[in-house]
Amino acid sequence: MNAPVEEVKRESRAQMPARKISLPETTKAPLASRAGARFLLAVPVATGIALAVHFWASKNQPAPETHSYTSFLWIILSASIVAAAAQFAWSYLRRWMQQMAPIIAAAIVLLTIWEAVTSGFRWLPMPYFPGPAGVLQSLIDDRAVLFDSTWHSLLLLLSGYFLGVCIALVTGVCIGWFAPARYWGMPILKIIGPIPATAWVPLAMVVAPSAMFSAVGLIALAVWFPVTMLTASGISNTRASYLDVARTLGASRAYLIFRVAIPAAMPNIFIGLFMGLGASFLTLVVAETVGVKSGLGWYVSWAQGWAEYGKVYAALVIMAVFFSTIMTVLFKVRDRVLVWQKGVIKW
Amino acid sequence: MVTASSNRVTAEGSALLVQNVSKSFPAADNSQASTLALDDASLSVAPGELVSLVGPSGCGKSTLLRLIAGLTAPDSGELSVDAEPISEPCAERGLVFQDPNLFPWLSVRKNIQSGLVARGVLHEKKHEVDEFMRLVGLETFADAYPHHLSGGMAQRVALARALINHPKVLLLDEPLGALDAFTRMRMQDEVLRLWKSRGTTILLVTHDIDEAIYMSDRIVIMTARPGRIERTISVTLDRPRQRNSPEFLQLRGQILEILHFAGASVGAAEE
Ligand SMILES: Nc1ncnc2c1ncn2[C@@H]1O[C@H](COP(=O)(O)OP(=O)(O)OP(=O)(O)O)[C@@H](O)[C@H]1O
Ligand SMILES: [Mg+2]
Repeated sequence: MNAPVEEVKRESRAQMPARKISLPETTKAPLASRAGARFLLAVPVATGIALAVHFWASKNQPAPETHSYTSFLWIILSASIVAAAAQFAWSYLRRWMQQMAPIIAAAIVLLTIWEAVTSGFRWLPMPYFPGPAGVLQSLIDDRAVLFDSTWHSLLLLLSGYFLGVCIALVTGVCIGWFAPARYWGMPILKIIGPIPATAWVPLAMVVAPSAMFSAVGLIALAVWFPVTMLTASGISNTRASYLDVARTLGASRAYLIFRVAIPAAMPNIFIGLFMGLGASFLTLVVAETVGVKSGLGWYVSWAQGWAEYGKVYAALVIMAVFFSTIMTVLFKVRDRVLVWQKGVIKW
Repeated sequence: MVTASSNRVTAEGSALLVQNVSKSFPAADNSQASTLALDDASLSVAPGELVSLVGPSGCGKSTLLRLIAGLTAPDSGELSVDAEPISEPCAERGLVFQDPNLFPWLSVRKNIQSGLVARGVLHEKKHEVDEFMRLVGLETFADAYPHHLSGGMAQRVALARALINHPKVLLLDEPLGALDAFTRMRMQDEVLRLWKSRGTTILLVTHDIDEAIYMSDRIVIMTARPGRIERTISVTLDRPRQRNSPEFLQLRGQILEILHFAGASVGAAEE
């Protein structure tokens, strides 16, 4: 972690405990004090505007559909005001707000524009483009089914992803390390790998005993290719001098593979893991749309079948949160594993 | 500091024999031409002897050390340790590379103990890790990663990483090159102390003639293109040696003269 950037304002200095003032902070102080007032006001002002637009837009809409969104905005407004007051005493919150306030305010502005364009001016054909209030209402009304769908998607995604990663690490290390494995494995990898996993859907549906089974297999296949490719290239690009050093230290072949080549390939392996994760999201949604009778992909096509577009968007919102959370978790894992790279590469 | 159990020399070191070894590398651009990195080199090192290799850049010093370590095979000639031919690298012949080549994914402590891990003896020898970190003066950097070290610090870690294996033959490729004068002299004394207490056979590549005279029993002078062993000089001064004694300075002048002559001949060969 960096040295905490803390702005010490003249008027608030008196009530600050001495410990906080002594924190190293000088470098960024001028920037912070210029942004001082703005970051406090951004969210409340944006939310105020959002509320105003909402009241104007919801005049010609049934009240129950807009109620939740109104409460949602009120909660954000009061939370932002409370936070603005609390940050004078709580430096951690202050730093967090300096970081997050602009982006939160921007998100609220976007919601407002969305609402103005849909429920307000009705520039877009109505049933297909509900406003944020409608989507929020669908989200709340259908929360049980949505939760269940998310849970099923998670199970399916994780089992496919881990299966794919495990197989890919083994094949990748073998292809990267052993010359015969490379000779026989590389052509297979080069021919089978680039076929999008979703292209196998028709075959998988026929061959696999159940849709669930085939979906796991397809996701694993989607993950397998990039992870194998990147692992193999990482392993075979291990700097020879690291291997030489290890050999003069008395390393066995197992040491060379597991303690030199694999750690050296880790940055590459993580690129593969990220690419594989993206491919697995795509395959998951396709598999759920065409075969599996559960999960978020299934929910979207089901809601669309009933022309409940509020629910479609609600599921998309959940998907966005769901996928980006998983992405974030993988980033955290990478930061943990590749902590030695910190300061060497631009994160 | 490493506590030497006594002053007796345990004569752990091995005898080293290099007989008529040649090694050439194919040139990168043209497969016909090749660089003769080492031409018919012969060298015999007694157990527990400390021999320095000096010579101009590109004369095959690193190549010779890699051959002795077993990392590369010679084109012709034979290499043996205690009458056993060298075929594979092993922990008994430790090599400190010209570049520190620390494992960037391991902290300083884990780099130093990697030799113990590789040989599967970490459990019995764990206490030595701290000793060697203190020896090279890096105990406060135990958890730092190599990218946060200066060049000299990294070199000291590389030295400790090789020393912890207690090799019978220690091959040092300019291990103190990046150090400031004072750290360098301190490390020279530490290496000498380890050498004395363990009786290790040491082959030391250096560009520093003072270092060669201060440390070694014999100095092997090499010439470049093709890499040849030009001459061997015995250093018979009493230890610990005085860096400014008349004998020391006289020897220094003598070696500089040979090197200068060797350098001139290289220049002539290139014309
Ligand atoms: N792996 C290699 N491939 C091709 N040529 C090589 C290789 N290693 C060494 N050489 C060549 O062999 C010659 C001797 O190299 P070497 O590294 O042994 O020199 P050196 O005496 O250690 O020089 P320095 O003092 O600069 O480290 C050089 O001309 C070099 O170009
Ligand atoms: Mg060299």
